[in-house]
Amino acid sequence: MEFAELIKTAKVENVQLSCPGLPPIKGTLCITSHHLLLSSQPGGNGEPGTVELWLLIRNVDAVEKRVASSLGTITLKCKDLKVLQLEIPGMEECLNIASSTEALSSVDSVMMMYPFFYRPQSMKLKDGWQLYPLQHYYQQIASETGAWRLSCVNGDFTICSSYPPAVIVPAAVDDNVLKKAARFRQGGRFPVLSYYHKKNGTVMLRSSQPLIGPNRKRCQEDELLLSAVLDGGERGFVIDTRSAQAAKQARMMGGGTEPKSSYPRWKRLHRPLERGRPLQESFIKLVEACNDTSLSVDRWLSKLESSKWLAHVKGALSTACLAAQCMEREEACVLVHGAEGTDTTLLVTALAQVILDPDCRTLAGFQGLLEREWIEAGHPFHFRYAHSAYSHARLKQEAPIFLLFLDCVWQLGRQFPFSLQFSERLLLMLFEHTYASCYGTFLCNSEKERCLCEVKEKTHSLWSWLNQPSEWKKHLNPLYTYNALVIWPSVEPQSLQLWQGLFLRWIRSSQYLDEAWAEVQRLVTSHEDAPEESAGHTRCHSQPDAAYPLTITGTANEG
Amino acid sequence: MHLSTPVEQVKLIDRFSTSNKSLTGTLYLTATHLLFIDSSQKETWILHHHIAAVEKLALTTSGCPLVIQCKNFRIVHFIVPRERDCHDIYNSLLQLSKPASYDELYAFSYNPKQNESKRLQGWQLIDLAEEYKRMGVPNSNWQLSDANRDYEICESYPRELYVPRTASKPVIVGSSKFRSKGRFPVLSYYHRDKEAAICRCSQPLSGFSARCLEDENMLHAISIANPAHHYMYVMDTRPKLNAMANRAAGKGYENEDNYANIRFQFVGIENIHVMRSSLQKLLEVSGTKALSVNSFLSGLENSGWLRHIKAVLDAAIFLAKAIAVENATVLVHCSDGWDRTSQVCSLGSLLLDSYYRTIKGFMVLIEKDWISFGHKFSDRCGQLDGDSKEISPVFTQFLEGVWHLTEQFPQAFEYNEAFLLQIHEHIHSCQFGNFLGNCQKEREELKLKEKTYSLWPFLLDEQKKYLNPLYNQDFSQKLVLLEPNTVSFNFKFWRNMYHQFDRTMHPRQSVFNLIMTMSEQNKQLEKDFKELEAVSVQEKLHTRRAVYLILVKFSLIGIFCMANHPPLQLCILSL
Repeated sequence: MEFAELIKTAKVENVQLSCPGLPPIKGTLCITSHHLLLSSQPGGNGEPGTVELWLLIRNVDAVEKRVASSLGTITLKCKDLKVLQLEIPGMEECLNIASSTEALSSVDSVMMMYPFFYRPQSMKLKDGWQLYPLQHYYQQIASETGAWRLSCVNGDFTICSSYPPAVIVPAAVDDNVLKKAARFRQGGRFPVLSYYHKKNGTVMLRSSQPLIGPNRKRCQEDELLLSAVLDGGERGFVIDTRSAQAAKQARMMGGGTEPKSSYPRWKRLHRPLERGRPLQESFIKLVEACNDTSLSVDRWLSKLESSKWLAHVKGALSTACLAAQCMEREEACVLVHGAEGTDTTLLVTALAQVILDPDCRTLAGFQGLLEREWIEAGHPFHFRYAHSAYSHARLKQEAPIFLLFLDCVWQLGRQFPFSLQFSERLLLMLFEHTYASCYGTFLCNSEKERCLCEVKEKTHSLWSWLNQPSEWKKHLNPLYTYNALVIWPSVEPQSLQLWQGLFLRWIRSSQYLDEAWAEVQRLVTSHEDAPEESAGHTRCHSQPDAAYPLTITGTANEG
Repeated sequence: MHLSTPVEQVKLIDRFSTSNKSLTGTLYLTATHLLFIDSSQKETWILHHHIAAVEKLALTTSGCPLVIQCKNFRIVHFIVPRERDCHDIYNSLLQLSKPASYDELYAFSYNPKQNESKRLQGWQLIDLAEEYKRMGVPNSNWQLSDANRDYEICESYPRELYVPRTASKPVIVGSSKFRSKGRFPVLSYYHRDKEAAICRCSQPLSGFSARCLEDENMLHAISIANPAHHYMYVMDTRPKLNAMANRAAGKGYENEDNYANIRFQFVGIENIHVMRSSLQKLLEVSGTKALSVNSFLSGLENSGWLRHIKAVLDAAIFLAKAIAVENATVLVHCSDGWDRTSQVCSLGSLLLDSYYRTIKGFMVLIEKDWISFGHKFSDRCGQLDGDSKEISPVFTQFLEGVWHLTEQFPQAFEYNEAFLLQIHEHIHSCQFGNFLGNCQKEREELKLKEKTYSLWPFLLDEQKKYLNPLYNQDFSQKLVLLEPNTVSFNFKFWRNMYHQFDRTMHPRQSVFNLIMTMSEQNKQLEKDFKELEAVSVQEKLHTRRAVYLILVKFSLIGIFCMANHPPLQLCILSL
């Protein structure tokens, strides 16, 4: 396929661009294989025109056109939730631009996407791809305990197509056991180490569901693998992100969950978390409600409620707290899984680490966490973020599970404003890049696919851009102080807030809030210029004993 | 009193905790407070006047539960081991929390050990005559009227009232006879630059067709007191239906045909009974244990609370814009002109005039539009045992309106949320004289200025606590008129008001406290630096470090105290 075939009209003069909050601009619209550009008309005295719009076409989620006599209006609804309007003189031009934009934005082939063409001069290919290898993470664990080893059993992706080539497993279990255990788990996702809690040596594992099936199959190797995690008389918790009933029903389809009889030392807890279609619909409904500024207070609250988004935030945070509490308070190991183990499972394991581990709350540590727990762990980014909240296309596998994760991290940042080294800006940037990016970091569904597409050879890494000193600085939280404590959030509905910076970003004017934030930054910087004794110990006061709803014994569910 | 306190082995339960964690301690009743001291010697003081309701629940195995709901939204849940004791506490609190007469109120016994002249000075801190002078009245169009000098034409108004120069005494008297409770149109705020005014009154006694020439003349006089303009707005802050229903009782609203050049407007704020039950519903929802997000949001919606706050703010914006944009004078009323009218006039003035966004200015605003114009604090806050149908959170809504503005304009206000919460605390505490009684006449009869203290000097003394570190005076000058956006998503549940005592729901780290400390330290450092400039360089640096270290230690303690952080002892030691 040639991009040129899709571009019927490459250039239109006298196009008017309007977006909310800004005065309309007139200029020349150009369409290239990956961008829509609008440059304002050159000034009368020979001044060159300036580029006013530089829109990655992949960012376009929906194109709506309206033609009246010779003037056409195209509304571009973007995946980052921005809405733009183009008024184009000439019906044919308008229809051409609309259809080209539509066609170019829905190119599904990974290797045709912009990251494969993006070649900034200041960056080198291959930089940033090896920043957070699992080996490093493993070495940290190995320095504390010999109970774990790095296994390359999946080196050629044959055991599990969605796992990375290397995984961390109990040292006592050999690769043959892993191979057999993998056959007993959906998609081959056998239990692997996700997080090692230095403080007490407990671990968090993740996997997919066991293939128990209607005949209650067992797998000795899987049982062995899990019991190798527990010492002597220790007990562990399985956190299943489905309801007990859903987990039971999954047996009819060949899945299921660990029965007490075969895994006697593992206690099962069910915490149903929404994913897939219902989560995507929740996102769509919320965005719809936010975009309707004419709603009465009652209608607004009712729409906010019926979107259920904040309920999902609460669910995700509570479940992550549960996992964290099992490790921190009960001093027990935890296995997290749902069905495939690539969505809500990762949501819970990643969030629990942000809550427990101060290293994950630094800018570098957070990148490492995303690499380990989302990208390498095989979260299907390509499927999940093909479309955002506006698309009219028939949805397939879209679901904003990573956005839900970012929202939960934002909530943590609101409740512990000094404990995250990165700012809201980083979370917004990550949201944008999951849907449309010039970097290859969020391309494909797994490491295997990334290898096939040579993503690491032919595209730039988002991290190498972010880690340039100028960008790095922009994404820092000026109030950050290292906080070694666990950050237990309040999950009461009164404590959770709508993430206005994301959902209302293009709708409300935030001028006064931005100015106030700039003043905060000014105060902090002028304060830090003061003598070094200012070392911000003043800011660190987490409450390790904060109460949040949890009773492990009361809600356990036996299959 | 039959109760013999202390009562020992009483348990205090966290109302939201699911783990049934509790503190054990001893409960005392003093003449003014309930006091609970737990085993770690932490004290919980509850003023009897703050108690809105006491409830004894069914006996359990661990004892007899006693739930106390306070007007400042604190809810405490005790378990008293012996039912007999619980019953005694219950009965005592019922009595203590419902004083029958003013002289039983705390203000009359409160003694901060201040000398008499300082106490008197305190009462002179806010001078409304000064305030009218600041606005620019009297002037060629407005004058001080002596018509109500002895409260002869309106008991619930102050003695000193400003009216148009062209309104003669017979017009004033005639108009006051045609208005509910005699509350005729008077000046509330004068906008110097626009020469436009905010006036207030109660509803006219128009019934279906009655007219009053003097009242018509009064409005005309107000209208022409604004030299630039040929029309004025009359804002009836009630829903139209309510206003129409009032006509059957011989009251009602202005007929545009009878008044020259008025533009009549309903704005639809509900009455005190609707507001009372709305708050009731809100508190029921927010007090639910293990609340789901969806029940919270639907409960918030069903309570209608945020809708009411929006209605009040929208009305204030309408008022402010009429003055700032159209240069038009506005007359505001509701039924009696002391609830909704006070809300709209005061919030409107706050949008128009940056003075009211300072600490002192806010006190003046409350003195003027609420206290002096006869908002019935005593009735609305239920300070005495009386008609519970008179209780209504009208002033709370005003504070919440201000809070919403501070959220949208973080740099426009000199004061912070703690200031609003503290004022709310004291409209119910009856510790100071300011909010006792229902009108100025009643306050004079109670001899409050002789027998009690004024709240304002105390707040001013500790104003450091109430300063907004982000306040920017230039911002206020640049942006004289605040134009808040009242799109629905801007209305949020005020957690720090309704859950101010439920610390587990609050953010665990407070940017606000940090910034406040830092900006204080910065200011202090600048000051020290200047003072030290005479000293030699070597010495200077050395001293600056020392001063700084001390400051850091102070601020640390400050933060932990404010956050009610338990391991306080430990933190200080670790320095």
